[in-house]
Amino acid sequence: MEGLKETQPPNGFSRRSFIQGVSVGSGAAGALLATPEAEAAGGDVVGPGAVSMTLRINGRNHSLEAEPRVTLLDALRDRLDMTGAKKVCDRATCGACTVMVDGQAVYACTMLAIEAEGREIRTIESLSANDPVPRNFVKHDAQQCGFCTPGFVMACQAFLENNPNPSQADVEAGLSGNICRCGTYVGVRLAALDAAKEVKGGRRRGY
Amino acid sequence: MATKYDWPSAADRSVIGRSVSRLDGAEKATGRAKYAYDRNPEGLLVGRLVTSPHANARITRIDASGAERLKGVRGVVLIKDIGDEVQWTGAEIAAIAADTEEIARDAVRKFKVEYEVLSHLVKEEDVEKAGNRVVPGQENTEGDPSKALQEADVTHEGYYGAATITHCCMEPHGNTVHWKGEKDITVWASTQAVGRIGADLAKNLAADPSLPKVSPSDIRVITPVMGGGFGSKFNIDSWGVAAAKLSRMTGRPVKIMLDRDEELQMAGARPSYFGNVKVGAKKDGTLTVFDVESWATSGVGRGGNPALPYVIEPPNQRVRHVNVATNTGPARAWRAPRHPQCAVITHCALTDLAHKLDMDPVDFFKKNADLTARPDVYRTEIDKAAELIDWKEKYHKPGEGSGHVRRGVGLSIHTWGGRPHDSQCRVVIEPDGSASAEIGSQDIGTGTRTVIAMVLAETLALPVSRVNVKMGDSSFPPSGASGGSTTVGGVSSSTRRAAVNALEKLKEKVAGDLGASSADEIEAKDGYLRLKENPKKRIAWTAACRKLSTETISEMGNQPDRDGGKLADSGVGGVQMADVSVDMETGIVTMNKMVAVQDCGLIIDLKLAESQVYGSLIMGICSALWEERVYDQMSGVYLNADMEFYKLAGIGDIGELVVHMMTGVYDDRGVIGLGEPPAISPMAAISNAVFNAIGARVPTVPVTPDKVLAALEKKGGMA
Repeated sequence: MEGLKETQPPNGFSRRSFIQGVSVGSGAAGALLATPEAEAAGGDVVGPGAVSMTLRINGRNHSLEAEPRVTLLDALRDRLDMTGAKKVCDRATCGACTVMVDGQAVYACTMLAIEAEGREIRTIESLSANDPVPRNFVKHDAQQCGFCTPGFVMACQAFLENNPNPSQADVEAGLSGNICRCGTYVGVRLAALDAAKEVKGGRRRGY
Repeated sequence: MATKYDWPSAADRSVIGRSVSRLDGAEKATGRAKYAYDRNPEGLLVGRLVTSPHANARITRIDASGAERLKGVRGVVLIKDIGDEVQWTGAEIAAIAADTEEIARDAVRKFKVEYEVLSHLVKEEDVEKAGNRVVPGQENTEGDPSKALQEADVTHEGYYGAATITHCCMEPHGNTVHWKGEKDITVWASTQAVGRIGADLAKNLAADPSLPKVSPSDIRVITPVMGGGFGSKFNIDSWGVAAAKLSRMTGRPVKIMLDRDEELQMAGARPSYFGNVKVGAKKDGTLTVFDVESWATSGVGRGGNPALPYVIEPPNQRVRHVNVATNTGPARAWRAPRHPQCAVITHCALTDLAHKLDMDPVDFFKKNADLTARPDVYRTEIDKAAELIDWKEKYHKPGEGSGHVRRGVGLSIHTWGGRPHDSQCRVVIEPDGSASAEIGSQDIGTGTRTVIAMVLAETLALPVSRVNVKMGDSSFPPSGASGGSTTVGGVSSSTRRAAVNALEKLKEKVAGDLGASSADEIEAKDGYLRLKENPKKRIAWTAACRKLSTETISEMGNQPDRDGGKLADSGVGGVQMADVSVDMETGIVTMNKMVAVQDCGLIIDLKLAESQVYGSLIMGICSALWEERVYDQMSGVYLNADMEFYKLAGIGDIGELVVHMMTGVYDDRGVIGLGEPPAISPMAAISNAVFNAIGARVPTVPVTPDKVLAALEKKGGMA
């Protein structure tokens, strides 16, 4: 689906214009690049045309071509047809795009795909209906329209792997980064507390 | 008169009324469910919209060339043209389809529009400043309100209201459309109306003579799941029409889903309602008069008339309503249109009147239940809710208490119709024993799919896991749009009738084997067909179906059906009570507990019914405490069209929620819709709880900290 590569000027590209391009393309991502980590990355300027990258997702490598401004969320949904993570606010507020990166919950709308190279990405597609978190979401009807649900499930999975034996207050703090419009929080609370009895700390599958 | 279609009695039900998990739950919770936004057919183009930055302007020039020249751009269609007016920020002007979303966004920036900017009004709360934007509305008088106000023992005057909120659906509005052949269009729609989208699109396309004529039957609409609508997703909308045109132009499928700011600006808003109220009562608390001057905005269009006074109807009433035309995103139906706002205006005024009468609001509302359509329902439900929230223990005179955190309780009551919509269902029984319901309805998250399966399973005496539901596709028999709490009654009635009819055919097939002279002597029970008089004479379901050999049973059921018994009804009552804490120094309101007592006739799936009520309470808490569309009059811009500053509750903001369904009490009425009624009372109940806590009225919802502090200041501080 990439058609832009040859349309972009091949030369005259600076780090400054790269960051501007990112800011226009995906809002908060510009701020993210201005971290000390990104500064430390130094002179490797890539883009703005499509670049090749390899993302390790759910234990498998996926190669794709995408512009550097493409977010991890758009790479998953639009390039790899992994549509479990949802695009709702696209500004790191609602959590519907939550995936795990190196064992931590991350808003995929606010991480660039190129930033995720070399890291262990885990998406909702790694979970089956028999896994404790989705199973308890169903049991406690922690979903209605279901559009926020995959993000909630991944946030819950990451939270429980890092926080065994949580209290209800812990769950409420740990899942406060996700928003549901239908109003399913009562079910989510129960699902998280029940799933906590089964999800043990540590990464069960090694990713 | 009893008919063969009637619901089984409580003792004979094996599925209906139980708590069954939603059938598509696992698909949704593992991300496998495919929404309109998730459709990526081969060759997909992504479309983005060009929208207006101005609240009111006339388009003077359009230059699409820069956008069209961009490599990867495949098509541009105009939604508005030169000379047209755009009347709110975010109004759609053009759509651009490109190979990727990024290119489409680049193209939108290169699409140039020039405007003649006109004057705008985006705020309506101060109706005095609305000038010629005021449009006359309803005027209605019953009895003699002026005389009644003079003769009342106690009167009260107050200003109340509810701000405009937006639907903020998690899946934004939009469609993926593929116009494949001359008369072959597929629409993967995020919609509440699978059966309506085809006709709506065909009508819109017919307005363009350059396009081939298509009829609704040429358009297949597919919506197995959808990510929330709440009343805002009944139409194809300009962006859906544009996607179809772009697909026709390019021969490729086109996806246009709204951006979040577009979703909040143009895809649906719940109108505000404000009112200056005068009420009067006798010494004993009997309400005698309700007089209101009210106003509202629905955007540039005309809004609906208010439902005032709400539920409680005194003999003397006067309503003088006007609409204010504002340059804001247009209103769409929102869960129980008008009711939640009018509950605030009515029940907050009545709670303040009860205070002047020195009456506990519970006593006041119970006394005036005689002025409602269902006095006994409300009295019973008020008592139950009071018990569940421990009202006697928690209620105190408004403002009594000490310390910087004050606690209070409040209540509200509501009503809704929830009649069944028209619906057709086909039930198919096949020789291999499979049984399916085929129905052109949609599951908007309420659990419709599960309800249909439960009715089918109950009727055929099979476990829910043994039946199939095929829905969310316009190629199935037509069923109504999911709005106004009309779906559950409609689909459960049509499914029940189709299942009874299909089962009758199967009974006829095995009558000979069982030694029965007619189907009437046979009943279905626990996976068997058996003789009513001699249950030991039976045949298992699969063996019975095998008798069909190569034949398939396919029977229809219709709602309405004059001879098909009365399976559904309308008209319910509900009561809600809230318990809040208010920080007198910061003005922050915290939810402690909320109780909902709700009647909805015969409940099919108790678990999903309770989910509807929990969800209503949480949505109501959002609009009671935080949620509000904020425009800036200077610029005409919608300031918080995002999810950071358009405030919704998170998981830690809701307190303890208690749902009590009036199970069993009203089963004889049949099935009644539930989506709207419990969404009505939360704002009024919470506002009244804040009043009880601090002894000052915050006149409008949301009850934000600044308004709490202003109300305390007006009252004279914390004392």
